[in-house]
Amino acid sequence: MVGEQLRGAEIFVRALADEGVEFVFGYPGGAVLHIYDALFNQDLIKHILVRHEQGATHAADGYARATGKPGVVLVTSGPGATNAVTGIATAYMDSIPMVVFTGQVARSLIGNDAFQEVDCIGITRPCVKHSFLVERVEDLAPTIKKAFYIATTGRPGPVVVDIPKDVTADITEYQYPESVDMRSYRPTVKGHPMQIKKAAGLILEAQRPMIYTGGGVILDNAAEALTEFTRALGYPITQTLMGLGGYPSSDRQFIGMLGMHGTYEANMAMHHCDVLVAVGARFDDRVTGDLAKFCPNARIIQIDIDPSSIAKNVPVDVPIVGGCDSVLRDLNAIIRKSARKPMGEDDPWWQQIRDWQKIKCLEYDRKSQLIKPQYVLEELWKITKGDAYITSDVGQHQMWAAQFYGFDKPRRWINSGGLGTMGFGLPSAVGVQLAHPGQPVACVTGEASFVMCIQELSTCKQYDLPIKIILLNNRYMGMVRQWQEFFYDRRYSHSYFDSLPDFVSLAESFGHIGRRIENPADVKDALKDAFAITDRLVLLDFVTDQTENVYPMIAAGKGQTEMHLAPSQAGSEAASRELA
Amino acid sequence: MNSPEQRHTISILLENETGALCRVSGLFAARAYNIETLTVAPTEDPSVARMTLVTCGSPQIVEQIIKQLNKLVDVIRLIDLNEGPHIERELMLVKLDAGPAEREEIKRLVDIFRAKIIDVTDKNYIVELTGHNDKLEAFLNAIDRRLIVEVVRSGALGILRGGKSLRV
Repeated sequence: MVGEQLRGAEIFVRALADEGVEFVFGYPGGAVLHIYDALFNQDLIKHILVRHEQGATHAADGYARATGKPGVVLVTSGPGATNAVTGIATAYMDSIPMVVFTGQVARSLIGNDAFQEVDCIGITRPCVKHSFLVERVEDLAPTIKKAFYIATTGRPGPVVVDIPKDVTADITEYQYPESVDMRSYRPTVKGHPMQIKKAAGLILEAQRPMIYTGGGVILDNAAEALTEFTRALGYPITQTLMGLGGYPSSDRQFIGMLGMHGTYEANMAMHHCDVLVAVGARFDDRVTGDLAKFCPNARIIQIDIDPSSIAKNVPVDVPIVGGCDSVLRDLNAIIRKSARKPMGEDDPWWQQIRDWQKIKCLEYDRKSQLIKPQYVLEELWKITKGDAYITSDVGQHQMWAAQFYGFDKPRRWINSGGLGTMGFGLPSAVGVQLAHPGQPVACVTGEASFVMCIQELSTCKQYDLPIKIILLNNRYMGMVRQWQEFFYDRRYSHSYFDSLPDFVSLAESFGHIGRRIENPADVKDALKDAFAITDRLVLLDFVTDQTENVYPMIAAGKGQTEMHLAPSQAGSEAASRELA
Repeated sequence: MNSPEQRHTISILLENETGALCRVSGLFAARAYNIETLTVAPTEDPSVARMTLVTCGSPQIVEQIIKQLNKLVDVIRLIDLNEGPHIERELMLVKLDAGPAEREEIKRLVDIFRAKIIDVTDKNYIVELTGHNDKLEAFLNAIDRRLIVEVVRSGALGILRGGKSLRV
């Protein structure tokens, strides 16, 4: 079959369409003008114009997290590419499939310090899964095919494709490859049967088991297999920040998030368990705390598609390299055959856990005259019936959202876990709302994070995105303030704002609806009213208690059981017994 | 986790493409791994380059290095040569001050180490020496330091003994 003769820029558009791309998030500039010309007056793909390249990458990232499909970004050379770097690194740390196309100066100018030239491949190398510089127009379509293949298979991640301007003007025959075969890249999906058998043996014999799952479950669409696995065994399950929604939070077997701001019961159960089943979780320092004190009694099974994640931080007894979904299905088959009954509430292990739960580590002052951020999130959960897509920025509000918005389904919780990128919330909501029109999307944010990518309010207006912004405004960089209170003797160095904008009129100036809420009694109605408006963006500026802290908290580098509890709980009998 | 550090020679087949070398060296820089020596050149198949990399670290670190290298999309296959019998060789060129008084002594050492004198002027010799890096070190220790003008070393090359091999 002979393909059409097309210009590079047209090949770019056709290849994306043939790849099934729905949206490209981008911003034009000199090096990509041929491509933007090809994007004019076509209906193969939709281009979403953002207001800053960081916004483009976060929007594509949000789209990818909410759908499982790769996010696609198009930016120009030089500052276009450097502005995208934060978003690329964000996606890299959370293993999000994304393909980022960056314009580059013409081949003859590369290396000459040309206008808007930057070594984009060099700058992004440490934070991409892979990258390509397209040297000839003949390579363009095959490179695009490879980029999507690499971004979406194995452990997903961002791939950068740098395209010199003159390549997009050259002409060649267009043919989009049907498949990719790379001798140097063949990820293992199927777990080794002997290892799986060995793991099943340990799992079935456990007395005090724990299931600990992470973002890998979400990325591999393994929630269904995980739910079957967990229910068949009747074991307690905890999830990382990235894993929330992989198993229903409302289920009795879920005992909360673990780690630095995890629940008391989850961290205690981790510490005392005898068999730990880690699924798609990477033993991040925010989860483990002091490695020497981590799960001292446990034999550890780790399932991960990335061999380099296995035993990276913690020695593992049974490593299984493979996709979470495939390995869990294999384990489920063995468990079904074993005819074992699920562990019941009368088991001493569950009784111990229920005892730990009596502390009620997430309790807060419900009688306060000030708006408690936790209360706003509980009400948000009620009004959206726990089924909204929630994006967040980074800080206290992110932790409260993770603790108080119980996610029952995967891909509902969209946040920057690994890199911790402030400014992620609003632009990622753009991608989520575009992916799911008609579904409720809320961006839970703080006033410090929100202003970092506030320009995307303009994008929301252009595309009529009815996002609900839940701004928990405490006039502080809350998490920084909390650390300064705990560890720096209350020296609040540069962590407060004394010149904040009026967020209500700011939202209105962008063409949206804004409302300030200062009284706890008004929280419920404000949320109800906002979600009743389905065709406009509504910003709710909740003026919250300035001094509220996130509890429980394990200070960085401390052991799993060394938790700070809220002052009201710290004195309780059970807590002092365990912490003694 | 405080196991003793050991020297490992890792042999890597990688796509002979622009940027592949940077990805390997960048990985070592980003994750604070050591590189003692690194050599790279195309193989009989021009699309494949072979790299020999000498590093040192605890067993846990070396395990991570190997996993992280394997994860690079450009890496086709690799092996830690320390896992089996292997041969390592390094090439060294040494320019020496070789006045009439020193010539005899240098020649004797060259014979003992089975080196070669490959360039002679009225004032200098250039000595070529191939061998395991211990042997090169021994030569440098044996020669009078004051005579050394320049030392150029290639870094180690390694290959498995016998029928086992590292191929695409």
